[in-house]
Amino acid sequence: MTVLLWLVPLALLLGLIGLGAFVWSVKSGQYEDMEGAARRALDDSDLDPKA
Amino acid sequence: MGASASTVESPGGPLQRAVFAVEGMHCAGCMRRVEEALEAVPGIASARVNYTLGRVAIQGDKAAVEPRRVADTLKAAGYDATPFEAGTADAAAERDLKRLLLALAVAGFAAMNIMLLSVSVWAGNASDIAPETRDLFHWISALIALPAAAYAGRPFYESAIKALSARRLNMDVPITIGVMLALALSVYQTAISAHHAYFESAVMLLFFLLGGRVLEQMMRRKTRTLAGNLAAFRTGTAERVNGNGSTEAVPPELLQPGDLIRLKAGDRLPVDGTIAKGGAEFDASMITGESRPVTLGAGDDLHAGSVILNGTVDVTVRATVGGSLIDDVQRLLEKATESRSRRLALADRASQLYAPVVHATALLAAVGWLIAGAGLHHAVVVATTVLIITCPCALALAVPAVQVAAAGAMFRLGLFLNTGTAIERLAEADTVVFDKTGTLTDPSFSVRLLGDVPADLARLAARLAQSSRHPLATVLAEQAVEPPFADITEEPGRGVRAEVGGQDVRLGSPDFCGLDEAQIQDAGGASLIAVRHGDRTAVFVVEQALRPDARATVQRLRDLGLQPAILSGDREAAVAPVAAALGIADFAAGLDPREKIERIEQRAAAGQRVLMVGDGLNDAPALAAAHVSISPATAVDLTQAQADAVFLGGSLGPVASAIVAARRARRLMTQNLAFAAAYNALAIPIAVLGYVTPLIAAVAMSASSLIVTANALRALPRRHRVPSSAPLATGKREAVPA
Repeated sequence: MTVLLWLVPLALLLGLIGLGAFVWSVKSGQYEDMEGAARRALDDSDLDPKA
Repeated sequence: MGASASTVESPGGPLQRAVFAVEGMHCAGCMRRVEEALEAVPGIASARVNYTLGRVAIQGDKAAVEPRRVADTLKAAGYDATPFEAGTADAAAERDLKRLLLALAVAGFAAMNIMLLSVSVWAGNASDIAPETRDLFHWISALIALPAAAYAGRPFYESAIKALSARRLNMDVPITIGVMLALALSVYQTAISAHHAYFESAVMLLFFLLGGRVLEQMMRRKTRTLAGNLAAFRTGTAERVNGNGSTEAVPPELLQPGDLIRLKAGDRLPVDGTIAKGGAEFDASMITGESRPVTLGAGDDLHAGSVILNGTVDVTVRATVGGSLIDDVQRLLEKATESRSRRLALADRASQLYAPVVHATALLAAVGWLIAGAGLHHAVVVATTVLIITCPCALALAVPAVQVAAAGAMFRLGLFLNTGTAIERLAEADTVVFDKTGTLTDPSFSVRLLGDVPADLARLAARLAQSSRHPLATVLAEQAVEPPFADITEEPGRGVRAEVGGQDVRLGSPDFCGLDEAQIQDAGGASLIAVRHGDRTAVFVVEQALRPDARATVQRLRDLGLQPAILSGDREAAVAPVAAALGIADFAAGLDPREKIERIEQRAAAGQRVLMVGDGLNDAPALAAAHVSISPATAVDLTQAQADAVFLGGSLGPVASAIVAARRARRLMTQNLAFAAAYNALAIPIAVLGYVTPLIAAVAMSASSLIVTANALRALPRRHRVPSSAPLATGKREAVPA
């Protein structure tokens, strides 16, 4: 069962990285314009028309 | 929006940030066009659209972000824009939302990880987990749960402490007690190496509840944003007169007491002030409800919301509102708001019943087990599990979940809720009291001919009207079919004239056209425009028409069982025809704000639950005193802040639709509360008998939360429609004989 000694901390670490990423995304304002972000993704006017 | 954009170097000095509300953005292409149009302006370093909020943030040097320049640039691109200054309340609410999101993330992270460990323990308990491994898992759980609960639970703890220090009970009190006890018991159980710990229950509870709060906050944000943009568009910019006589467009929020601003015909005064120079006619109907224009000159006081009808005046901005009317309104408001806070929301009533019952049951269970001969430890465990399993997840979500869904449904109807509890109160209303000016009537004007006028004279008047800037004339000009005359003389404050076929034609005040105003019959004190061609004359009456669907809405409200009434500050002669047109026998005219409150209170004392619909400054106290209140989006700010809900557009229909939606929502709330009660009735015996394991607690809690939330979703309308951002109806108006 010694495998738990490093597997559990590893799982927690991965979770914490995810949490950290979310905190960063909230703090940098990525949830301030959810509708706009969804629409910007559909805007293809920056594409080369020949491609 | 990236916070790093401010490092761009600019030759024009340090960069300034300015935010504008933009109207008419409906697609991804629009966002792009707005940003590109702005970034093409020399001096603007960056422009970033926030589509959700309908705003654009610009960074650039001072000259480039000047409001008038930005507005002109966007106008050329096809969008209306007006500067937007965020109020302090907005900033605080944005911070709250961020804090809740972070708390939700922390609770979610903790719940998932603890649940992983807990499932292992539950499986292990059923088979052959080593006690050491179980203890290790419990300690790790504690390590995650304690800091997570300390952080994520803060919104609840703070609210509970606030409620307790005011000697009240709210839902957050039992939540806080439940979480604390669950954590304390779990730590103790872990320390004595017991089989069960309840860390996941405590954290999951926080996660569910935070989810509800985040949704609620987002709903409020939507309403607030829209109201903020509307307010910005209503006030637009003010033209400030600088010391050297030049003028500059500034957002009204930046005006300082003592500043001089210039108003031209058609402008709305954004702040309170005193006329410094000039004189003009003003439409003060937003403030007093009186629809007749008043003539004011130098030294007279003006209130925010007054519209100047003709001429040009310079106004000195005042520091504090000093007018007797505003003072009155403020004082009355304080009183009225006090009486409202005594009313209890449905959720609070439920929690007042819930907390004592559950806490007493827990205590009785402990005493019962002690008497039955169980040890102190077992008795305490049972008592705590009673609190955990009944922990008011379903109950705490029962009402807010419906509120959020119903608010979303109302948003689509064009109605924005200021308070969540408005829904319950709307559902209870049995009387509807309308203000007249700006509420039953359309805030804009319409024109009616007085007597028989030859068609050619009416056409001539419309043609002339195109050359006048007077707001009343612009209404007339809408009917013009011919191009305006080339050679026109405008006499400020009087009218316009031209030469047609050697004959003098005039449009303006009756006096200007050689008519004696006193001789004109049947005008009811409304504003008049006269036209003269040679010696033929005609008179037009300009008045506020009923909203297009006012009659239908009043009938719908009657069908819903609400008694309609009118309380107006306007003259009897102006109110009576409106009341007659709508078939409302119960009306009172010429009321000041105090009298409006008195009438509302009389009705409340008679047992009526009054829904007040009004827009004027003089309505604000009455709105606060009423059981529930709604105001149109065109209302003055102070009034809108008092209303429980705000509706958009030219139609009065949302008022009736709101009642229907609110009654439906109330039915769902009652169902949810009944379900939560039934759940507790089932759960308590199981807990009291000592059969609750953490697994049962987790399943029961999730299941009850999901059922309540799913039921709440039924408040959403069946057909999914995308809300258009500002559906201002431009339907045919129905004129009222004045």
